[in-house]
Amino acid sequence: MSTATSAPAPRGGVLGRARELAPEFAVGLGVTLAIAAATTVGKLVVPVAVQQTIDTGVLAEGGPDVRRVVTVCAIAAVVVLMTTVTAWVVNVRLFRSTEAGLASLRVRAFRHVHDLAVLTQSGERRGALVSRVTSDVDTISTFLQTGMLVLVLSLGQVVLATAVMFFYSWQLALVVLGCFIPLVLIRNRLQRPVAKAYALVRVRMGEMLGAISETVVGADVIRAHAASARSWRAVDAAVEGHRKQAVKAQVATAATFSAGVVVSGLVVALVIVVGTLLGIGGELTLGRLLAFLFLAQLWVGPVQATTEVLNELQNALAGWRRVVELIDTPVVVPEPAGDRVQALPAGPVDVRVEDVAYTYPGTEKVVLADVALHLPAGSRTAVVGETGSGKTTLARLVTRLVDPAHGRVLLNGVDARDLPSRELHRRVVAVPQEGFLFDASVGANVRRGRPGATDDDVRGAFAELGLTGWLDGLPEGLDTPVGQRGERLSAGERQLVALARAHLADPDLLVLDEATSSVDPATEVRLQRALEGVLSGRTSVAIAHRLSTAEAADTVVVVDGGRVVEVGSAVELAQAGGPYSRLHAAWTAQHA
Amino acid sequence: MSGTFLSGMRTMARGAREQPRLFGIAIAGSVVYGAGTAASGYLVGRVTDRVIVPAVTGSGDVSTADVWLAGSTLMAVTLVTVAGILVRRVWAGAVAFTLQAGYRRRLARRYLELPLAWHHAHPAGRLLATAGSDVEATWQAMFVLPFALGVVVLIAVAGVAMAAADPVLATVGLLVIPALLLANIVYQRRMSPRVTRVQQLRGEVSATAHESFEGALVVKTLGLADEEVERFTVDANRLRDANVAAGRTRGAFEPVIEALPALGTLAVLSVGTARAAGGAVGVGDLVQIAYLLGLLAFPVRAFGWVLSELPRTVAGDTRVQAILRESATTPWGERSFDATGGPVAVSTTGLGYRHPVPATDPLDERPELPGQRASAVAPQHDPAPALADVTLDVAAGSTVAVVGSTGSGKSTLAGLLVRLVDPTSGDVVLDGVDVRSLADGEVAGAAALVPQSTFVFDDTVRGNIALGLDDASVPAGRRVGDDDIWRALRLARAEDFVSALPGGLDELVGERGSTLSGGQRQRLALARALVRRPRLLVLDDATSALDPTVERAVLDGLAESGEGTTVVVVAYRPATIALADEVVHLERGRVVDRGPAAEVAARDAGYRDLVTAYARAAKDRADGVTTNTAGMA
Repeated sequence: MSTATSAPAPRGGVLGRARELAPEFAVGLGVTLAIAAATTVGKLVVPVAVQQTIDTGVLAEGGPDVRRVVTVCAIAAVVVLMTTVTAWVVNVRLFRSTEAGLASLRVRAFRHVHDLAVLTQSGERRGALVSRVTSDVDTISTFLQTGMLVLVLSLGQVVLATAVMFFYSWQLALVVLGCFIPLVLIRNRLQRPVAKAYALVRVRMGEMLGAISETVVGADVIRAHAASARSWRAVDAAVEGHRKQAVKAQVATAATFSAGVVVSGLVVALVIVVGTLLGIGGELTLGRLLAFLFLAQLWVGPVQATTEVLNELQNALAGWRRVVELIDTPVVVPEPAGDRVQALPAGPVDVRVEDVAYTYPGTEKVVLADVALHLPAGSRTAVVGETGSGKTTLARLVTRLVDPAHGRVLLNGVDARDLPSRELHRRVVAVPQEGFLFDASVGANVRRGRPGATDDDVRGAFAELGLTGWLDGLPEGLDTPVGQRGERLSAGERQLVALARAHLADPDLLVLDEATSSVDPATEVRLQRALEGVLSGRTSVAIAHRLSTAEAADTVVVVDGGRVVEVGSAVELAQAGGPYSRLHAAWTAQHA
Repeated sequence: MSGTFLSGMRTMARGAREQPRLFGIAIAGSVVYGAGTAASGYLVGRVTDRVIVPAVTGSGDVSTADVWLAGSTLMAVTLVTVAGILVRRVWAGAVAFTLQAGYRRRLARRYLELPLAWHHAHPAGRLLATAGSDVEATWQAMFVLPFALGVVVLIAVAGVAMAAADPVLATVGLLVIPALLLANIVYQRRMSPRVTRVQQLRGEVSATAHESFEGALVVKTLGLADEEVERFTVDANRLRDANVAAGRTRGAFEPVIEALPALGTLAVLSVGTARAAGGAVGVGDLVQIAYLLGLLAFPVRAFGWVLSELPRTVAGDTRVQAILRESATTPWGERSFDATGGPVAVSTTGLGYRHPVPATDPLDERPELPGQRASAVAPQHDPAPALADVTLDVAAGSTVAVVGSTGSGKSTLAGLLVRLVDPTSGDVVLDGVDVRSLADGEVAGAAALVPQSTFVFDDTVRGNIALGLDDASVPAGRRVGDDDIWRALRLARAEDFVSALPGGLDELVGERGSTLSGGQRQRLALARALVRRPRLLVLDDATSALDPTVERAVLDGLAESGEGTTVVVVAYRPATIALADEVVHLERGRVVDRGPAAEVAARDAGYRDLVTAYARAAKDRADGVTTNTAGMA
């Protein structure tokens, strides 16, 4: 089913890449498979014992030979017990090596997600990334731990059973093969509509969950506008759509499965008919004929199981490809090569943007062009402009969340691309508008700014920002849990915590991207004053749509349509009659 | 275990009662399958005795026709059995999927009916998982239950057939059944805690990944990637160890369950030969019993499958029932507004509201894992009131601005005015009628709220604005046509961007459609409210994402539309406040002051601080600059 979407990777390539990415997979695999092959001998015990019991025991010349049969069965029982133990050993070995491999694969994929540019992660994309490190890896594990073993054991079982069949009677063996081989061949064809039906079930499932999620996430709007009838209709249709498709898929599966049962019934009937006719001719002993009834059963399981396993294999390969694709996605903001690595000279950061242009990767859309700026060490700069003007991109370039398509960004004279990301982001901190909080306490969230900081350090950070009053108002102070994504706090409060976190990190360059947009005016103005104190001795860049921020800066940069159109002090620009004057006039009209 | 078994089976019985016809057909199919399978084993024995042995050993006279008849009879039984299997599988699926669908509908209906206070106390992710995976888990056992019941028939019929052949051999052979059952039970008992742990850890891995990816920007900007990888590695390794532990048990089960019937068959062969030596049994009896044992080996696992699903059934059903039994409701009254046009007068007396305590998962008595998420173990404390003793009077047709700092209770007040939630104390009166005595739909018909953050449905622009009012079932007087929608879009200054969309009103927006900017979403939400021609419009900071000029245009448009609307607006901007006849200053959930803007500004320092913050900051700075310049000069 995945073949339609992407060409299958060459087998050798897939396995080779597996070994490269997670060498744990291959550890002891050869030995495991060898033991597994030996284990299949156990499956032959019953048919052979039946043949021996009938031909040399019950029908022995001079009446049943009980002693012989008991000996044969005792030996057979020992073989059964031994293969039971070896089968267990195989399973445990397989679980160990595959789980070790999968764990390191998960971690590897996880790390790579963090290495990738963060810009690509919309909500939808994020769900997909989570399933890369969870369910996609799980499909691989399901296949490796059950499917692969079944495949190996089935193959061994079928080969051995066929060999014994030919040894007993080549004519009957041909009858059995004549029934099963066509089934194996058509099963794959039968399987295709099943796979298609299930793919559609997954689509309907997504639609259904989407419809139900609106009743939960949109509850306020539905209630405010008494719109539940509309949601009810949407849910009803989506639920019914899923049910219908699921039943359809179930019918397809049942039909495919039944084909296998019909063929195995046919085999038993034909073995009896042909075998008896052969027996009348004296070409087959009774024991061998009866053993065939049991040998034929050894084909049924593998034929039924392998199509399901081949499906699992398809899923596993698709999952595997998705994980490898993720790991092999080139990093947009790569670490510098060993010989290019440079250190960021100490002290407040001097920023030079030289002839920079930025285009969204894979598109022609120019977001920024011809940008040249110099922000001296210790200066405070505000960037203003309308939504979509490119001001956030400018902030991302300076903090190296993206790399310019053209030109370069120099931090203290060093190309940002030559700085190891860990060092860079320890010294250059950005506070985005949506300051994400982890599901932990207020204190723990702030402490992430500087691992190892004490509670007093954290309180100090709040105090320096003039936020002690807010902190004391929290029910449990620093220990107040913020909830998932910080949802127990208001948007404005989340921004306060994010700001304290960035302050605790003690950066040499701080970039605030609308970091106080949800805070009330009085608090914002207080914060602004506190920041002025805190920021002395550092370089800062503030992106803002409230002009109050711009007025506090040494330099204002006005961005419009992806270009820097004005640079100067707020006072100069307000009187210059340019774009800033217009923004300023509108702002004054609103707030005077 | 037995408690889980019983309550799981009770759930299954409830499902069977809810879908008696589908379940009955599935069972009938399964009975045919069970009886047919046993019959084919019995037939193989009889055919061996009467046809194969006489023919091959030459001890009897068997014609070719007899041989073919034997073969055809077996084939006929197989075909009947296959029909049974088909019916069983298809209808078992139909029962399970139909039950899932029914419960999902019921849950969605509950979600739509339950009051918002309840919603606010329950995390959305948990509610979604209940409608999705919990419902699925509840009815997963239904797929195998008919099979397991058919296997009971199979064992019973096969047992009788074996006993008919030879009671002693039958006893030896049938010992395999209790041994298999025992193996299944021991396995389930050992496996169940291990599986639970794997599931829990899998959830942890997924939650850690989700949170970490969601916070990727912060992780990047603070250089936390190494710490995050370390955190994830701990989770991934714990999952690995749990999987290996589960694998150790699972890896033993399969081989044992395959060895038991083989050992049973070997015992039957040994004892059978001895019995044959004594003349008690023939080859046919021996073959029949050995063959039937082989047929039983696989189906007996159905019991194991049912057993392994039951814990999930119980867990899923507990969560589902907790929501379905939820008694919280919005008690609607009987009354309706006297007037159907003109602005609404709003008054509140002694209004108070406390946020609901976050709900806990009904399954949360599970063993704790190290590294539990903070919110899962958060102590429950009485939340401080969000609003207390708020008394207001808003004259019909007037505009009131609600001003207050972050967290002062403005949004809570906005929600109470349109009865999104009910107050903990006091009351809200619209046009002289307590909102709680109004019938369902009355408040929403007269009042519209535009919330702070906008929810966009996965639907067209038209669908998002009409929200069902364009449906043919809506009475003509209230039905909304495209003209009304365009008028609302115009008023909300959204006309230009909507007509620029390739699909216009038919453009899909929301999750799978085109993405809108924050300002566009707000204007859509505004149009959604305006299309209802509300007599009371509550704007909860609903223009914050708009550029100042656009906001101005929207507010002017509202004032000029002259439809006779009472407006309550949550705002900071002096320009917005300038449109208001009166301001209400809220602080920490209480009204600090109210009155005409100029009067409040004159006597309320906190209000002045809030509203004129920017202007003062600008002035201070201007003064500072002047001083500096003066100093330099």
